[in-house]
Amino acid sequence: MMEVPLFLRGILVITGKNMRLYYTKPPVLMFGLLFPLFMFFAFFVGRHLDLVTFFPAFLAMMLFFTASSVGPLITPWEKREKTYERLLSYPVTQDSIILGDVAAGAFFGLGISLLVWIASTVFIPVAITSPGLFALAFILGTLACAALGVLLASPASDSPPNVMIFSNLIRFPLIFISGIFVPLSQMQGWGLTLAYCSPLTYLVDLFNAAMQGTSVFSPLVDCVVLIGVSAGFIIAARIIQKRNLVKGM
Amino acid sequence: MNAIEAGHLVKRFGAITAVNDVSLTVREGETFGFLGPNGAGKTTTMRMLTGVLTPETGTVLINGIDIHRHPLDAKMQMGVIPESSTVYGDMSAEQNLHLSGKMYGMPRALREKRIDEILSQMGLSDKRRILVRTFSKGMKQRVSIACAIIHRPKVLFLDEPTSGLDVQSRRLVIETIHQMNEQGSTIFLTTHNIEEANTLCQTVCIINKGRIVAQDSPERLRKMFDTTQSVEVSFDRAVTRDLFAGEGILRAEPCGDKWRLYTDNPDAVLKYLVGRAERESLGITSLTTSGPSLEEAFVHLTECA
Repeated sequence: MMEVPLFLRGILVITGKNMRLYYTKPPVLMFGLLFPLFMFFAFFVGRHLDLVTFFPAFLAMMLFFTASSVGPLITPWEKREKTYERLLSYPVTQDSIILGDVAAGAFFGLGISLLVWIASTVFIPVAITSPGLFALAFILGTLACAALGVLLASPASDSPPNVMIFSNLIRFPLIFISGIFVPLSQMQGWGLTLAYCSPLTYLVDLFNAAMQGTSVFSPLVDCVVLIGVSAGFIIAARIIQKRNLVKGM
Repeated sequence: MNAIEAGHLVKRFGAITAVNDVSLTVREGETFGFLGPNGAGKTTTMRMLTGVLTPETGTVLINGIDIHRHPLDAKMQMGVIPESSTVYGDMSAEQNLHLSGKMYGMPRALREKRIDEILSQMGLSDKRRILVRTFSKGMKQRVSIACAIIHRPKVLFLDEPTSGLDVQSRRLVIETIHQMNEQGSTIFLTTHNIEEANTLCQTVCIINKGRIVAQDSPERLRKMFDTTQSVEVSFDRAVTRDLFAGEGILRAEPCGDKWRLYTDNPDAVLKYLVGRAERESLGITSLTTSGPSLEEAFVHLTECA
């Protein structure tokens, strides 16, 4: 029973260490902050789109990029610097490390996206129809996206650039199939089938429900899917990283 | 009580068996040297003992706590210094130590007191706020050691701690090992530096090709191979190997500006050298004899296995 407080303390210390070390790393700033802003300018500015209608999707995209940008960097960076081995020799387990990485990504996503939302309210009249759902969307969204980021860092690599490229290969297609640029209600055929497979779709839908009161799925379905994928990503990361450790990688 | 007990550890990487049925016991308060040539399985064994790697079979107890069943409790007992100086380069020495202290649950006041103490001991007080990535290898290793001993561990694991260090840093590391041992810590030292093991350790264990081939005190290991002794000689001018084709000389090896002669009859060799030097008008500038070395035992054990 002594192990539970030790386990929780490990997660807390690792989260703090990640926040201190990785939030200002160039790949995180590049892929977590600049890319979503560029995407916003590229797709929304000058196209006479109704920004209020598209704001929930933009917020989901911002949250997705920020929360999933920290995770892919941490493990390969630590393996390259050989600090991962020392970390494992501290009173922590691989699970504490994974959860600490997820928490660091989630806090980054939460902080930046909240700032973007607050700043946006100055320029765009964004309404919130359900504050509870809005808060839930933030929490579950950051958790799912941060867990995806940690999963993307799980392949046995000690090269941060390789992992960042791999993570972008996965992350970029997701924003095109998740109802951000084309609303889900206007999708059909393969596009719609692919959209159902993307966790980001459910986050966009939940933000739509929270901010505009309209959604394709029930908010309950969105929440269950986001909780489910978060757990799935963390379990998958755990299995892959454990296997890597057994193989000595 | 035993500080470390490992039973029947096996670790395979694909078709390669890196560690094959290794069992060892380290008594509380002992300095235990784990020797072996490169690739013998030293680091893999140490990784299993410290809970970094999971063995395929076997058990590890640290102060009686099973590291695979209660990893956090077991790791609280130990400090680990991995092979390369694995500290965070983007943090200062002080921040690295705070991180370590937090990992071991040390309260802030205690942490700060201990950090002051340990940075002074490591000669890093004036560099406490400088980023570690700007440090030399020796300084990084000192920070790494400081991180591992901040909580005064009961068991300290060191993997090649002096490898590639300058003389000053090496002395500081050895002094710290002595000090930790005097304060009651059990030391598990992985090395291929035989002289280091000889001077530091009460027990030496030799591993080769994943198996333990010998475990005893350095003195007893030496005595296992006490047939061969050596004579080191240097002259006032260069000589060739032909000079050493004399009675009782089994082998002659150049050793810097000296020659090391292996013999089972040092008396005959000394008489031969003095006589030969006189005949050739050579001046003997130094002449020393030494008993069987741990190095000889190590070479014998790792070559024969």
